[in-house]
Amino acid sequence: MENGSLPMFWDFEFTFEVMPSLLGGLWVTVQLTLIGYLIALTLGLLIAIVRRVPILGSVVHFVMEFIRTTPLIIQVVFVFFLLPASLAIPLLGDVPITAFTVGVVVLGIHYAAYTAEVYRSGIEGVAKGQWEAARALSLPTSRTWGAIVLPQAIRKVIPALGNYLISMFKDTPLLFAIGVAELLTRAQRIGSESFRMMEAITLVGVLFLLVSIPSAIVIRRLEKRYVAV
Amino acid sequence: MEFLQAQLPRYLDGAWITIQLTLGGAILAFVLAMLFGIMGTARFWILRAITTVYVEVFRGIAALVVMFWFVFAIPDMSGYELDPMFAAILALGLNVGAYGAEVVRAALNAVPRAQVEATIALNLSWFQRMRLVVLPQAWAQMLPTFGNLIIELMKATAVVYLVGILDLTAVAREVRTGTGETIAAFGIAFVLYYLIAQVLIFGMRLLERRANARLGRTPPSGGGLMNLLRPPSVGTRVGVAK
Repeated sequence: MENGSLPMFWDFEFTFEVMPSLLGGLWVTVQLTLIGYLIALTLGLLIAIVRRVPILGSVVHFVMEFIRTTPLIIQVVFVFFLLPASLAIPLLGDVPITAFTVGVVVLGIHYAAYTAEVYRSGIEGVAKGQWEAARALSLPTSRTWGAIVLPQAIRKVIPALGNYLISMFKDTPLLFAIGVAELLTRAQRIGSESFRMMEAITLVGVLFLLVSIPSAIVIRRLEKRYVAV
Repeated sequence: MEFLQAQLPRYLDGAWITIQLTLGGAILAFVLAMLFGIMGTARFWILRAITTVYVEVFRGIAALVVMFWFVFAIPDMSGYELDPMFAAILALGLNVGAYGAEVVRAALNAVPRAQVEATIALNLSWFQRMRLVVLPQAWAQMLPTFGNLIIELMKATAVVYLVGILDLTAVAREVRTGTGETIAAFGIAFVLYYLIAQVLIFGMRLLERRANARLGRTPPSGGGLMNLLRPPSVGTRVGVAK
């Protein structure tokens, strides 16, 4: 209100001033997403395979169901509170238990519960004859999975897995809860220091859209390419 | 046990707030999903364009960011403060509604073309066509995905403690600060969240069964009530709301 005749809803000078810090936050967000996604992809695959083991599989299934039906944010906060007090510190060796590490690992595990289901549907979609053929050729288990089942199963679920990449990206602001210096955390800090929340929070929204809309388009392309086969 | 006895009332208060947020968000999301979903199948391009903008914007931005915007940015700009509970339901409803609108649109488009043509041949009005022919069929198709969305919505409510609402997560944090018992404090909250989710899953299954029965479809493996208790499986579909 103070400078100019129009009411100051938006301060462009301030926008440019805070942009570098916010872009830094976006970079942290991207790192969180990518590392978390790698964890989700590998752990999810392991879980999908373990779920086929009789008793262990049921236990794992229940644990995954529990993870999927409880909020991510409380899981993150819980693990963050839990870790420094428990035995986990020496186990992790030199890796410092920072909010970033906790955030990325919990994010990865949470989404592994989802990707495991996706992998499972892919594995179940592989024709029975493929298993039987592998058996008839007396391929070892590792080759059956590695060369026959998984290549067919994974190909079909690539778009579904891609959707979870976008979901994870959109879930990273939750790590504000443990103070990971991602986009929203920085914006909130900037906003409360400068008393200009409008610009900071709106920019977070805009930056999120700038990433998530193009990636949604890419996923739609992937869908056309892989599902049609 | 003593811990549980002493703290349980607080947890139940928190769970009640979580349930209120879930139901409030679900009602708003449902209305928005229906409205924008039906608009998404409209003939006028401008209506479809409005739907696309709504869906892409609110699917693209996390509910937490929208909530922060309502709670922190709006007072900053206008001087008026929104009630946090209202802001939270608004943010959650707008977010899940965007996912829901896509579900509604897809389900409406999946109703066989001949059904619509038949209603035109019978000279039914637009409202009659929707109410009597299109929606009952689309409804059965929407429900399984709606079931996943309401679980995602319930989980998404946990972020509200960041704007100062005393939900289940907030209670867990407070109890932990008060007692120092991290595992017990959070464990009770986890179990309550799990139970709420199971009730929601069960309720959605009942609705699904009713919708299918009304269309003359019976569940694949008999129709006993026990069938509803088969191990739940949520969130396997694409499109997750948070």
